[in-house]
Amino acid sequence: MTAGRVGKVALVGLPLGFLTVFYLYPVASILFTGLYEDGSFDFSPFGDVLSSSSLRGVAWFTFWQAMVSTVLTVLAAMPIAYVFARFEFRGKRVLSALLIVPFVMPTVVVASAFVALLGRSSPLGIDLNRTIWIIFAAHVFYNVAVVVRTVGGLWAHLDPRLEAAARTLGATRWQAFRTVTLPLLRPALTAATSIVFLFTFTSFGVVLILGGLTYSTLEVEIYRQTLFFLNLPLAGALAIVQLVGVSLILWIYARYQRRRRVAASLVAASQVARPPTTTRQRAAVAATVGYLGVLVVAPLAILVARSFGGGNGGFGFYRALTETSSSTASVSAAEAIGNSLWIAAVATLIALVVGMAAAAVVAYSTGRAAAGFDLLLMLPLGTSAVTIGFGMLVALDWPIDLRANVLLIPLAHALVAIPFVVRISVPVMRSVRSELRDAAAVLGASPARVWREIDVPIAARALAVSAGFAFAISLGEFGATSFIARPDTPTLPIAIFRLLGRPGTLNFGQAMAMSTILMAVTAGVVLLTDRLRVRDVGEF
Amino acid sequence: MLTVNGLSKNYRKTVALDDVSFELPTGTTMAVLGPSGSGKSTLLRVIAGLEEPDRGRVMWEHADLAGVAAHERRFGLMFQDYALFPHRDVAGNVGFGLRMAGWSTGDIGNRVREVLEIVGLAGFEGRSITELSGGEAQRVALARTVAPAPRLVMLDEPLGSLDRSLREQLVVELGQIFERLESTVLYVTHDQEEAFTIADRVAVMRDGSLVQDATPEDLWQAPADIFVSDFLGFTNRFSAVAGDGRVDLGWIAVPGDYPPGPCQVVLRPDALVIDPDGPVSAVVSGSVFRGDHYVARVDTDSGVSLMVTAPARLHSGEALRLRLDPAGVLVLPQPQ
Repeated sequence: MTAGRVGKVALVGLPLGFLTVFYLYPVASILFTGLYEDGSFDFSPFGDVLSSSSLRGVAWFTFWQAMVSTVLTVLAAMPIAYVFARFEFRGKRVLSALLIVPFVMPTVVVASAFVALLGRSSPLGIDLNRTIWIIFAAHVFYNVAVVVRTVGGLWAHLDPRLEAAARTLGATRWQAFRTVTLPLLRPALTAATSIVFLFTFTSFGVVLILGGLTYSTLEVEIYRQTLFFLNLPLAGALAIVQLVGVSLILWIYARYQRRRRVAASLVAASQVARPPTTTRQRAAVAATVGYLGVLVVAPLAILVARSFGGGNGGFGFYRALTETSSSTASVSAAEAIGNSLWIAAVATLIALVVGMAAAAVVAYSTGRAAAGFDLLLMLPLGTSAVTIGFGMLVALDWPIDLRANVLLIPLAHALVAIPFVVRISVPVMRSVRSELRDAAAVLGASPARVWREIDVPIAARALAVSAGFAFAISLGEFGATSFIARPDTPTLPIAIFRLLGRPGTLNFGQAMAMSTILMAVTAGVVLLTDRLRVRDVGEF
Repeated sequence: MLTVNGLSKNYRKTVALDDVSFELPTGTTMAVLGPSGSGKSTLLRVIAGLEEPDRGRVMWEHADLAGVAAHERRFGLMFQDYALFPHRDVAGNVGFGLRMAGWSTGDIGNRVREVLEIVGLAGFEGRSITELSGGEAQRVALARTVAPAPRLVMLDEPLGSLDRSLREQLVVELGQIFERLESTVLYVTHDQEEAFTIADRVAVMRDGSLVQDATPEDLWQAPADIFVSDFLGFTNRFSAVAGDGRVDLGWIAVPGDYPPGPCQVVLRPDALVIDPDGPVSAVVSGSVFRGDHYVARVDTDSGVSLMVTAPARLHSGEALRLRLDPAGVLVLPQPQ
């Protein structure tokens, strides 16, 4: 075997091995737990799921709330996508960077923000706590960026002359949109819709915190069955039901993802966006900016506002965090922050090493095998975090017992982050056209030099953006962590969740303060790395 | 001197290069002319060492380059859409080859400034690649190609994506730059005017083969076959029969000894002369203004359509008489 061949085997082997041990094996174990009991296959847990009206209700609720959340998110996002794609205005870049903040916000933080905004002590005077509306609101807030980025990204490159041509041929503004723009946007719209559906279908933290005992998704039910009722076979059966649903959505997503590449009539974004000229256009831009402020900024602002108070010149809640475990968390906030930071650092490192290797394989190879590999890498994104955490808990006691090992948390976080690293890096790596390498070679660069001078510098930006994302994901990861975190090593989201579950203003205030810290760190990391993004390349 | 000997290259079932041979003396410019898909780009890539030929050899000063990698050949190649490095500024692109050659930073700076001046972009060092116009990007790509003073400069449709007026201006500038640098140049294009303007020699390619390799004048005087003549834009072409010391077009005969049998006759623009005493009578059916002359379409009494060059506007319906100037008549073999 040549050195190059060894390299290739390592590139494929590393992600494949990682996924097999930390993803496929745990998920297979769940299947086993759900279906195999006392030496034979037993499908009765499925019977329990189907016969129990409350479990059928959970499945049905999971589906329809995801459906409605997705439709609401698309409706909320389309005007923003339109204005961002077609108009050039001051502050656009800042706003578009700001849009990414909700998407990377930890679910726990989003849930706390909406409790503060629309809960019992709402400054608006509307108490939507424990209603479906607060769940919808949080889902829209969370996912609006996915639609704006994906659809708006394509929209910003659609030749506006196509619509103009339709207008000159007698189409009204609406007809031109419906018959020309919408069909051309459909691939991006379908991709975005499936991703949002996926995220809301597997929604955990938001529903767990905001839905109380009234509303429960499959995800939440798996958590309850496992941790409260210790009914592993039933949890396993639920996880299988969920996996089937998720695979279906992913399959649709992958199909449209492939078609998306052949979009026609694309032009540079700078040719599409124009400053608003008419009063009507200026009003549309202003309205969008204001609406974006309400949608994105208000929930987070209220969170920050609520974190102040409790005496001590407004910093009472923050002060309380530094005291080692009053009656609340069993460890201090400082320790939780420390845990979160080192776990995020390790998780980022693992995700980058495994994810970049996988991205290189996907970017530089073609054919069925590569496409299959690509899909395999996407699976953890679709598999709910709870399933991953649950699977690890069930499976990883053999050959070495990892369940009690603190490294299990960063491993789980890396698994959740890897699909993002791959999605961000592959398009950037593919954007290095072979021509650039040829040009460098003709100018006297040896193959090793070409790699160093061309591939690495361009991929380095993807690396930085991926690192920011992975770090943010790890900081906010809640679903898997809630299974595998040990009581004495909580991360920030776990600590916040514990605080929210306890009565009293001090606990609530402390939860708000911790959420604010978590939000600030997450937003800071993502905004910092987002500036390095190669313009218009990459997803999310 | 570049010597190309019997180059052949197939991609699966398509033939990209079929037994191509030619010599290019140092300091001369040769244009490779042909429609898209005729193998021109493949020829450049094989010479550059980016692709290996299935058969045949590429030699420089009689030394075989087989086994010499692209980065060791010191041949410059300017790519069709420039392939400028997006992560480096103008100076970083132009100085890239110099850096690879191990020049010092100071020397690189001086050379970059010098070359940018030659291509008319003095002071552009710090510009980002993404803010360049089409013409500027083309000049930066040219500067990057010539900066390390390659032994051979190859250009792949360097003006392809630019608009007409810019192309006409740049092709003249390119010729001047190559003359000044005394470069040996291989210039690929599908535009015959570009080829004639810049090259000492023009090689015409079709389906991977070299059909004709001649000076622009010779090519114009004597295209090798109807493919070359069509590609040069000669529109008056007719099937004819040769024999008995003449070629018979049916409506007119041209004297001359040609191998007897069917053949193709091409009447170049200078072959048809408007002459009140000419033997052919015709009626004008349309005319086009071409700046310094007009081109008219006329129908002869025997029902043949011809394109005729005229110094003044001819009006539709106008009658005129034509004669043939034998110097502009080309008799070409019947295609197989």
